[in-house]
Amino acid sequence: MRLTCPICGERDRREFYYKGDAIELDRPNQDAGLAAWDDYLHNRDNSAGEIRDLWHHAAGCGAWLIVTRNTLTHAVSRCELVEKDTR
Amino acid sequence: MITEVDAGPITLVAPLDGGRKATSEALKAAIGIGFPNPNRTQGTGPRAIWCGMEQALIVGAACPDLPQAVCVDHTDAWAIVRIEGDQVEDVLARLVPIDLRSAVFKRGHTARTFIGHMNGGVTRVGANAFEVMVMRSMAGTLVHDLESAANGVAARSV
Repeated sequence: MRLTCPICGERDRREFYYKGDAIELDRPNQDAGLAAWDDYLHNRDNSAGEIRDLWHHAAGCGAWLIVTRNTLTHAVSRCELVEKDTR
Repeated sequence: MITEVDAGPITLVAPLDGGRKATSEALKAAIGIGFPNPNRTQGTGPRAIWCGMEQALIVGAACPDLPQAVCVDHTDAWAIVRIEGDQVEDVLARLVPIDLRSAVFKRGHTARTFIGHMNGGVTRVGANAFEVMVMRSMAGTLVHDLESAANGVAARSV
């Protein structure tokens, strides 16, 4: 598996650290309530299809990336910097 | 051939948000080199080596006062080794998971990547010469890994 870091270009998977679902970027407000926080902390979709994940280019430039990947085909369709998130 | 590089003073420079241009200009005025683009170096005397997102190492010159950047003294923090020879690309190919061939990775190009199991930097400094840098605690491992790789390539080419 190879990921195309927007800064460094195409690199081997071993340079990256996998964090998890990019839903972690959508942190609820402090007073959002227990249900929202429980959902944010613990509940993840196990989706068949497109998924957005957080990866860290740990052995490269140090950028946090949002990688859009298809869990059925393993195709990586997008790889963007977290700060350039255009969703 | 593997030789130690005495880099002199090294400073990590990380411009604050929006401060890259001012930092580059201040560097240029003081030591004649600007802030490098990603995966690139600037200069050959005093040098600026890109070393991560919005970060560069100023090598071989005292770092001027840079109000638009965070500066950290890295002097003696890095072990830098120059490796040189006809088969240097074959040797490094055994350790580094990126394409270092001259058509892709030219003089003045640098990369943050793995050297064996170590995080570090690789910079092309000549047609058959690279500088490889890791944090100083891994200096012994770096030399061992480079020597092992070089011996392996030499054994193959007999």
